[in-house]
Amino acid sequence: MHIEVKDLNKEFGSFHAVQDVSFEIEKGKLIGFLGPSGGGKTSILRMLAGLETPTSGDIYFHGKRVNDLPPQERGIGFVFQNYALFKHMTVFDNIAFGLKVKKQNKAFIKERVQYLVELTGLKGFEHRYPHQLSGGQRQRVAFARALAPEPQLLLLDEPFAAIDAKIRTELRTWLKDMIGELGITSIFVTHDQEEAIEVADEIMIISKGKLEQKGTPWEIYKHPQTPFVASFIGESSLIERIQCFKGFEDVATSSGIKALIRPEYVEVGKSGEIVLASATMDAAVKHLHFRGSEWMIELEIEGQRLITYRSLEKEVLHPGEQVKVLIHRAYLFNEEKSWIMENPLKVDPLPIYI
Amino acid sequence: MMMRRLWITLTYIVVSLLLLLPLYKIFTGAWADGLSGFMDALLRAQSLHALKMTALIVIIVTVINTLFGVMLSIYLVRATWLSPLVKRLSNSIVDLPFAVSPVIGGLMIVLLLGPNTVLGTMLGNVGVSIVYALPGMVLATLFVTFPIMVREVMPVLQEIGDQQEQAASTLGAYSWYTFWKVTWPNIRFAVMYGVVLTVARSLGEFGAVLVVSGNIINKTQTATTLVYQDVENFNVVAANGIALVLAAFSIMLLLLMEWTKKRKEVH
Repeated sequence: MHIEVKDLNKEFGSFHAVQDVSFEIEKGKLIGFLGPSGGGKTSILRMLAGLETPTSGDIYFHGKRVNDLPPQERGIGFVFQNYALFKHMTVFDNIAFGLKVKKQNKAFIKERVQYLVELTGLKGFEHRYPHQLSGGQRQRVAFARALAPEPQLLLLDEPFAAIDAKIRTELRTWLKDMIGELGITSIFVTHDQEEAIEVADEIMIISKGKLEQKGTPWEIYKHPQTPFVASFIGESSLIERIQCFKGFEDVATSSGIKALIRPEYVEVGKSGEIVLASATMDAAVKHLHFRGSEWMIELEIEGQRLITYRSLEKEVLHPGEQVKVLIHRAYLFNEEKSWIMENPLKVDPLPIYI
Repeated sequence: MMMRRLWITLTYIVVSLLLLLPLYKIFTGAWADGLSGFMDALLRAQSLHALKMTALIVIIVTVINTLFGVMLSIYLVRATWLSPLVKRLSNSIVDLPFAVSPVIGGLMIVLLLGPNTVLGTMLGNVGVSIVYALPGMVLATLFVTFPIMVREVMPVLQEIGDQQEQAASTLGAYSWYTFWKVTWPNIRFAVMYGVVLTVARSLGEFGAVLVVSGNIINKTQTATTLVYQDVENFNVVAANGIALVLAAFSIMLLLLMEWTKKRKEVH
């Protein structure tokens, strides 16, 4: 289903939960709404479902305005955060609910439920009640129940939030494959960036009721358009005085420019370890943290904290040690604009050949 | 250890003095003249009529109370079109009958709808009498029992939340279908518990009914007001006989109450 949203607003009393949000979603895409908790993601999702009425703005499904349609008529499937399974019904009856409402004949219902039970790997559990299932199984039932009436749009509110970390990764992959196989347009809400990056075709970053950026995970990572996106996606250190850093001395000091530097933009090494020695500067190792597959290093440069990672293969650094640091690029921003600056020293202006 | 034993023994003594002894006295009192005395007391015209009135009131009140109690609970918990202020206000008003003495409740009905009032006269002219007749007695009992159902159903509705109902709506179900297939199975044991409590309360209601009914023999007398009158007339055997019937019902209701309470907690 092709979805278009125009200037959507939602106010709860004096709280402006969603502000002028507009976007378009192509048919068959898997979209992730990503942002901090309380940012308005769920409100947008619930407005798409018809469970909440927008204060202003329009929602179009297939070019048809659906604002005045109740949830019953929208042809959507909704998976709730806590699944909201009918607890007095068996797995079979839960999945069959949407079909019974539509007064399908018994044989058809049985066949369709059987198909979904097999699709979601719940075979053998048809006669269990929700309280006899594990978290992952409940999620699958909720998913199967939402899919049963063949909706054209699937909405999932924090689908993995209530599942323990171990099974979560497994379920994520399963859900992505399942949705890909069915080709159904889907939107899911999450506050976990790893989850959004892994599962979604496209991510929409939502914060404080505003849509900050929309794009593929890679685009958002490479070209964050707002400081919020830059700091929210991936890791980064906020640098107040970028002018202290080698290569960035020319950045204007007057216009309140700050910088975000990702760990992967920073190269650290003992003197002589970094090839491009002319672009490096001195730094002190403040702390070392072992992160399982690499070292996380906290550096101090003229009173400013910078984090980076270092391979376990390289020589181990020690706290207090003086090291060399090369900053490849930085994400600069002030009140008005933001841009990415490459370290100009990386392109040696006068290469000397020996 | 000693102290605890002492307390337990004391509790047993108090319970038997307050509950078992009177029950025993009622029982022996009713059989003082043997089976024939008991049967005579029960089969008097005024006894049969009083029991019939009580049964009638219990049935009407329970039906009305269940319907409106469940409806009001749903509105107070779920309705988004009611402002929070209205909800809070009506929520407190629901408790009013618990706070007001039943006699005063009955008196209010007499003062509002009695034969000497504007409303009472108007209704009297159309041939409907409220006070000193069945409608007034039903109203008085309704007033006394109204909070019971609401207080039983509301917490359950609040606890289950509206997510299951919302899920039903996204699956295409409208409110009536959703109520019967989703909401009702969740609240039915609370409703049953409320019904049992309402029956018990309306069976035993005395003060409000006495004021409203005028206690006219063979007309507006209920089982409880008949017991009162028999005691006044020193007809102790008859009073005990009727009381025994009421007590038997109460014990039955108590057992039913235990059963529904258990079921209410399972789901």
